[in-house]
Amino acid sequence: MNEKKIDRREFLKVTAAGTVATAVVAAGCSNKNETVAEGVNLGEVPSGQMTMRENLHGEQVSLLGYGCMRFPTLDGQSGREQDQELDQDAINDLVDYAIAHGVNLFDTAPPYCKGRSEHAVGIALSRHKRSEFFVSTKLSNFNANTWSREESIKMYHNSMKELQVDYLDYYMLHSIGGTRRDADGNELDSMTLLKRRFFDNGMLDFLCEEREKGRIHNLGFSYHGDIKVFDYLLSLQDEGKYHWDHVLIQHNYVDWNHSKLINESNTNSSYLYAELEKRNIPVFVMEPLLGGQLVNLNDHAVELLKQHDPQSSVASWAFRFAGNQPRILTVLSGMTYMEHLRDNIRTYSPHKPLNDDELKMLEEIADVFANFKTIPCTGCKYCMPCPYGIDIPTVFAHYNKCLNEGNVLNDIGTDSEEKKAFRRARRAFLVGYDRVVPSFRQADHCIGCNHCVNECPQGINIPEQMVRINDYVEQLKQSRE
Amino acid sequence: MIRKIRVILAVVAFVAVTLLFLDFSGVMHHWLGWIAKMQFVPAVLAGNFAIVAMVLCVTLLFGRFYCSILCPLGVMQDGFNFIARKVKKNRFHFVKENWWLRYPLLVVFVVLFVAGLASIAALIEPYSAFGRIANNLLQPVWLWINNILAGIAERRGSYAFYEADVWMKSGVSLAVAAVTLVVVGFLALRRGRTWCSTVCPVGTFLGLVSRFSLFRPVIDADKCKNCHQCEKNCKASCIDIENHRIDYSRCVACMDCIEECKFEALEFTMKRKAESGERKAENGERRAEGEKGFDDSRRKFVVTSALVAGAAAVKAQQKKFDGGLAVVEEKKIPHRDVPLKPAGALSLKNFDKHCTACQLCVTECPNGVLRPSGKLESLMQPEMSFERGFCRPECTRCGDVCPTGAIHSVTKEQKTDIHIGYAVVVTDNCLAYRDGVSCGNCARHCPSEAILMVERDGSEVKVPAVNTDKCIGCGACEYLCPSRPFSAIYVNGRERHC
Repeated sequence: MNEKKIDRREFLKVTAAGTVATAVVAAGCSNKNETVAEGVNLGEVPSGQMTMRENLHGEQVSLLGYGCMRFPTLDGQSGREQDQELDQDAINDLVDYAIAHGVNLFDTAPPYCKGRSEHAVGIALSRHKRSEFFVSTKLSNFNANTWSREESIKMYHNSMKELQVDYLDYYMLHSIGGTRRDADGNELDSMTLLKRRFFDNGMLDFLCEEREKGRIHNLGFSYHGDIKVFDYLLSLQDEGKYHWDHVLIQHNYVDWNHSKLINESNTNSSYLYAELEKRNIPVFVMEPLLGGQLVNLNDHAVELLKQHDPQSSVASWAFRFAGNQPRILTVLSGMTYMEHLRDNIRTYSPHKPLNDDELKMLEEIADVFANFKTIPCTGCKYCMPCPYGIDIPTVFAHYNKCLNEGNVLNDIGTDSEEKKAFRRARRAFLVGYDRVVPSFRQADHCIGCNHCVNECPQGINIPEQMVRINDYVEQLKQSRE
Repeated sequence: MIRKIRVILAVVAFVAVTLLFLDFSGVMHHWLGWIAKMQFVPAVLAGNFAIVAMVLCVTLLFGRFYCSILCPLGVMQDGFNFIARKVKKNRFHFVKENWWLRYPLLVVFVVLFVAGLASIAALIEPYSAFGRIANNLLQPVWLWINNILAGIAERRGSYAFYEADVWMKSGVSLAVAAVTLVVVGFLALRRGRTWCSTVCPVGTFLGLVSRFSLFRPVIDADKCKNCHQCEKNCKASCIDIENHRIDYSRCVACMDCIEECKFEALEFTMKRKAESGERKAENGERRAEGEKGFDDSRRKFVVTSALVAGAAAVKAQQKKFDGGLAVVEEKKIPHRDVPLKPAGALSLKNFDKHCTACQLCVTECPNGVLRPSGKLESLMQPEMSFERGFCRPECTRCGDVCPTGAIHSVTKEQKTDIHIGYAVVVTDNCLAYRDGVSCGNCARHCPSEAILMVERDGSEVKVPAVNTDKCIGCGACEYLCPSRPFSAIYVNGRERHC
């Protein structure tokens, strides 16, 4: 029943009393670029007011960067998960609109949209003057067969061909810090992987030469995972061996100080940012919404935000935070729909720095969020089907839904009011659980075979979470009189 | 007036008992559980002598009020009669006592109990007969209605109703219930309370007492105009207006006749001295005989009828969507050397002696564990199995509701230390043994930590081993075992719980 993946806009439609959001475009105002919600007219989406930041070469980059990993398909879904053909007309419209409103950076990578993103961006951008945009792509490591020097150079050249450009504005070593299996199936730790992928085959040196030749204007890397690798690459710059023009990190108000609570192996973006700022390296930001989770906040958090400003969308707060630090060059947002784009342009035209009160409020929300421990499942169903029949995404969706609705309580309570609230929450959790997941597909049937573990793009340790959820269910059931 | 009070009390008691057999949420029992414990045979079996004494005293004072108020099967027949009366009045006439059927039946009933053939005896035991009808025939309807409401609630985001599984627990039990309903219903429509005057052992036994009841309907021959109106509407067919006599052993004290008489010739009053003296000697003997028989009696029903339809086909009614999910085969019931009875049953022997197969515990069980047995020697008596759930640690509902002492009430804490069975590993089915898959789901969910995952020589994959002394037989391992249709670990019952 929870198949309905609540995306950002839909969430706004549902929750927001007096929301800004742009949900109502369908109601007929789209051609005027107006957004009307609950009778509030926000006026036209501003153009020419986009906040711009400067890179190391004095170029002006828009604070909003277009992430090209979630382009729409013909059936209106995100191309990240769908096999359906990408909707090139819609992509062209999105790109045109973005450029018209000041967005000038487009970030893609060979594997995005199942390998179709670069091609689609290339088509859309080829209709604009080369001086109007910056394009960014990456040397990916998703497939061990592409790790040889020849294959890597082929990938690099192919990117330029697909993008229809003769130089790349930004080029990155893709996703350093992770682990992966090599072609023989051996698990490589993050440092070994880095060496094998970018150093031993001479690719990093090759790319530096390309930068000398002017075919790459900015060379950097994107980072996820093991902090050792991040520190190592920066240390190379300190030693004068290599020089980084930019680095892409995961940054948002939860990851700023609470990343460990989300995932033990994560590193706070406050540390990452400080290290980069120290070295004057411009910062690219990814996951400003933490995979959409910062729009799916619990009721208490939404209430706080709305009390502060009933007009601002829940997402806009996350974007304001993501762009708040001065060395942030651009904040990448994977925008599937025009409404995403409009709301984000609004937020950054111009960017309004957060004051101390607002930062404190977001800190409070991050605290609640991190301690609520929602499971970062996006419902992509890569883990399915579970060989033992567990309905993994629905179990997670139910748990998260109950968390967000305040129906996950650990304390039976002392006075009668608290006890009553606990009983109500327990009923909502257990009855709702049986409604959406038949008993033989519930978490207690997970045997921990770990088939799903490598499938999850969010890195969720699914069996561990199943045990945690079932422990909670047991606790609820056993507290029944 | 007195009739109205009787009718109101009867309706209240009837609705209460019926609700007990319909409710699956465990709420009703909290308020109405006492009414099952007031039932005569369960009270005798449970050794609730206070209740037995009370019923006997009331009967001695006022006649068979029990049959007209507390007995759900009796009131159900009155319901049928109420409908039949709308169609046709004056359906009855006096018939002589069918003593050659009713007393032998009572004796057989008692003997069957003593002999441990309780299953057969239970076929005519009124409370459990009603229980089976309500549980097998009415509860599904109740559940379907509930599920419609649950569907509406779900759409509105309310948690007021939740869906309950409707599943066929036992074909035998369903068939017996249907036959009982047809027979009793037919008799009630055609012959009034014939069942109660001739077949029912409780009726016959209480009849022995009610012959001497202090208060009773008495015909004033002076006032009687011999119109036969009372006789024609006496559902027990016990008014002999020719002789101005009433057979008090069959009279269920319904007070219909008193209401019926236009000439106020009938009165509920103290019996006449003369009459009582006359009959004392005559009936004293029989009563003694009956009571003696009953004191010794304990029960067990057996089944002659071999219509036992093999293993009860347990078909789950899972109608949930399935898109993109692995197909999950339904579990099958394994063979257990010794059947499983819930904590509080003490032993198979104690259970068999006391259980009247009324299905109240089956109605209550929220985990789909209890269901009526299809086996000859324990027909319709509940037994446990774990295809749909396991005997959860926080639940003690079956013991709380059991009126007969077949399942004693235990606390949650006591339950954690009652060993009703022990788990056995079937290595051929076990993923760890068979496929080398690391699983351990049984050990992970064992509430008494009785399952250890041990290393087998030469293999990295650990296999389950049961510490039989620790195992309480709750069935969590069996229910959660991924092997299908037969689990790789199953629970065998213990003859005597420890």
